[in-house]
Amino acid sequence: MYVKGRLDPKELSTYEALTDSKWKKRICIRSSNNIYNQSLVASLIKHNGEEATQQWAKGLVGNLARKPQGGDRDQIKAAVAGQCDIAVANTYYLAGMLNADAKSQAIAKQIAVFWPNQNDRGTHVNVSGAAIIKHSKNQANAIKLIEYLSGDHAQQWYAEKNGEYPVRDNIKMSSTLAAWGNFKADTLSLSELGRLNKDAVMLMDRAGWR
Amino acid sequence: MILRLVMVLLTLVLATPLIVIVSNLVDPNGEVLSHLIDTVLAEYLTNSFIIMIGVGLGTVILGVSAAWLTSMCQFPGRGIFEWALLLPMAIPAYIIAYSYTGLLDFAGPIQTFLRDTFNLSYGDYYFPEIRSLGGAISMLTLVLFPYVYLLARAAFINQSICVLDVSRTLGYGPFRTFKTVALPLARPAIIAGASIAMMETLADYGTVEYFGIATFTTGILRTWYGLDSAVGASQLASILLIFVFSLVFLEQYSRRHARYHHTSQRHQAIDRIPLLGKAKVSAILFCSALVAFGFLIPAAQFLTWWISLGSEAISSDYLQLITHSVELALISALFILAVAVIFAYGKRLNKSAWMNPVMRISSLGYAMPGTVVAIGVLIPLTWFDNSLDSFMRETFDVSTGLLLSGSLAGLLFAYLIRFLTLSLQTVDSGLERIKHSMEEAAKTMGYGHREILTKIHLPILRGSLLTAILMVFVDVLKELPATLVLRPFDFNTLAVKAFELASDERLMETAPYALTIVAVGIIPVIFLSRSITKTRDVKS
Repeated sequence: MYVKGRLDPKELSTYEALTDSKWKKRICIRSSNNIYNQSLVASLIKHNGEEATQQWAKGLVGNLARKPQGGDRDQIKAAVAGQCDIAVANTYYLAGMLNADAKSQAIAKQIAVFWPNQNDRGTHVNVSGAAIIKHSKNQANAIKLIEYLSGDHAQQWYAEKNGEYPVRDNIKMSSTLAAWGNFKADTLSLSELGRLNKDAVMLMDRAGWR
Repeated sequence: MILRLVMVLLTLVLATPLIVIVSNLVDPNGEVLSHLIDTVLAEYLTNSFIIMIGVGLGTVILGVSAAWLTSMCQFPGRGIFEWALLLPMAIPAYIIAYSYTGLLDFAGPIQTFLRDTFNLSYGDYYFPEIRSLGGAISMLTLVLFPYVYLLARAAFINQSICVLDVSRTLGYGPFRTFKTVALPLARPAIIAGASIAMMETLADYGTVEYFGIATFTTGILRTWYGLDSAVGASQLASILLIFVFSLVFLEQYSRRHARYHHTSQRHQAIDRIPLLGKAKVSAILFCSALVAFGFLIPAAQFLTWWISLGSEAISSDYLQLITHSVELALISALFILAVAVIFAYGKRLNKSAWMNPVMRISSLGYAMPGTVVAIGVLIPLTWFDNSLDSFMRETFDVSTGLLLSGSLAGLLFAYLIRFLTLSLQTVDSGLERIKHSMEEAAKTMGYGHREILTKIHLPILRGSLLTAILMVFVDVLKELPATLVLRPFDFNTLAVKAFELASDERLMETAPYALTIVAVGIIPVIFLSRSITKTRDVKS
């Protein structure tokens, strides 16, 4: 995401390009303790290899406007406040702010969403997922619950109330999400991210990403 | 003797987590540890150390000043401040951190007001960042200084007034008396108070996690979850324990000397120094500021949030969480009380030398940070579950699954380790009031064991037992890190809910949960302030 008017979206392209020297002191991102960043880095390891990602992480840390701190909304607030121009954050939180109190709305309205990597693999996404443990006792009920959650009714709710993208194509997005347009999402298997999570954390440790 | 056997077994069980954690230090697989040493360990060490020292100094300065003013000086409102200064204890550090972040954040009311009033934008003005080392030190100091205040106050009051009088006859003014006589005499108490505050600081997880400061406690969970290494996490925990146990040693060492300082049995009423003019105003302002910043402002902040949430705030969720939290805290308190009673009676009936290590081990857990206890509990329980499961499957073809580690048993075990001392000390001091001669007298009157228990012990002990339940109840309700890690799936408490909401950046919505925790936290404060008023009545 970026602050409207502070940069031309044409300047933005990919996650990889965030290490460009023109972004020096202009990027805000959360701490590496957060699973969002761990997954993002894991996906980069999968796509670009460990070495390239190590270089990337180091470059990104060098471009940060401040020590990683706070949550996603805090990155957005910091950007609007002028601490940085780009905030790497989940749209879920921006949607939350756009539908919250007047003060949050005023901040969120100054932010525009940019979808990175549209010309190659697509934007990295997080999911709210569910799984059933092999030895669980109430398998039948668990399946019913997951079916309900992924059904039209619940997905409509997710899209309307919670600012998350529905997993079903036939569900209409809320006006907040629709305003950001369609985008291509990375289709990398999530279990790959889980497998690479440890490598990602160690890599971020080495890069000095707090 | 059965009691003795039970005690030894219990002690072994209590010591298991500690043994498990420390034994991981010598684990040959040092890959994770060497990675940590190469990258983040230095930062964990520095941050934990800076915060610990900062809080140590902060609590001493605030606590000792407040104690001196309220015990030795006379100024308007002194009687109120005497107990009101304990109120900050009711607020857990992570809760006060939420309120001040909401207040002092860029988008918070104070900065917004400054910008609107003076027409400023970001970067035009300096404003301290709350999410920082300094911020964490301030938050922890604000809620932990009462520990120093309590102990220092007791020390000042118990100092023989003669000593202070001698100092005055030597021509020392009040300030010099304070510096050269009262302060050195109270030093053991002050160090003990500061050690407790520093232990609590090292154990803090909620505040530093929320502020994004990398310390041992956040590092332990990061290593555990992020690097998927229980061994690495245990190794970090062992290093943290070295810090913690040095503090335990410091605290006990300083207390050991405390009793030698009573030079006279004669305690006279203290002639409080009347403060006048500027000194009076400063004393009032200082004490008011402590109460305001440590309690009133954060409480008011949550209240405002709660009101602005309106009817949405009280969801069915909230009521269910209260039930859950209260049930859990009550069950834990009763369970821990039962163990405490076994230990207390064991100690009473066995005066032998092996009681010392047993009692000491049982009290160590209180110093162990919740995150450390959590790993120490989870590793052996998972091992037990897996062993039992594979045994049952091989012999009976039945899978027992994760029997203990995913259940309330794990949580109860962790609380037992953390809070047994609280309960035990209370029961123990109650038992000491029952003289052996009373039992002997009862026996001569033909009472049996059961009658002695119901007619003598129970009535005398009732107060202590209730206090023990209450202390543990409140602490369990406030406990965050161990609960966060060990709670059964789909089981939430007020503390965990507040933490989750704050982590999801929904600060306002934490209000009902935070305020409820604070309200419960006030209960032991009332008890303490009552006993404070009592000491005052005796002395003056």
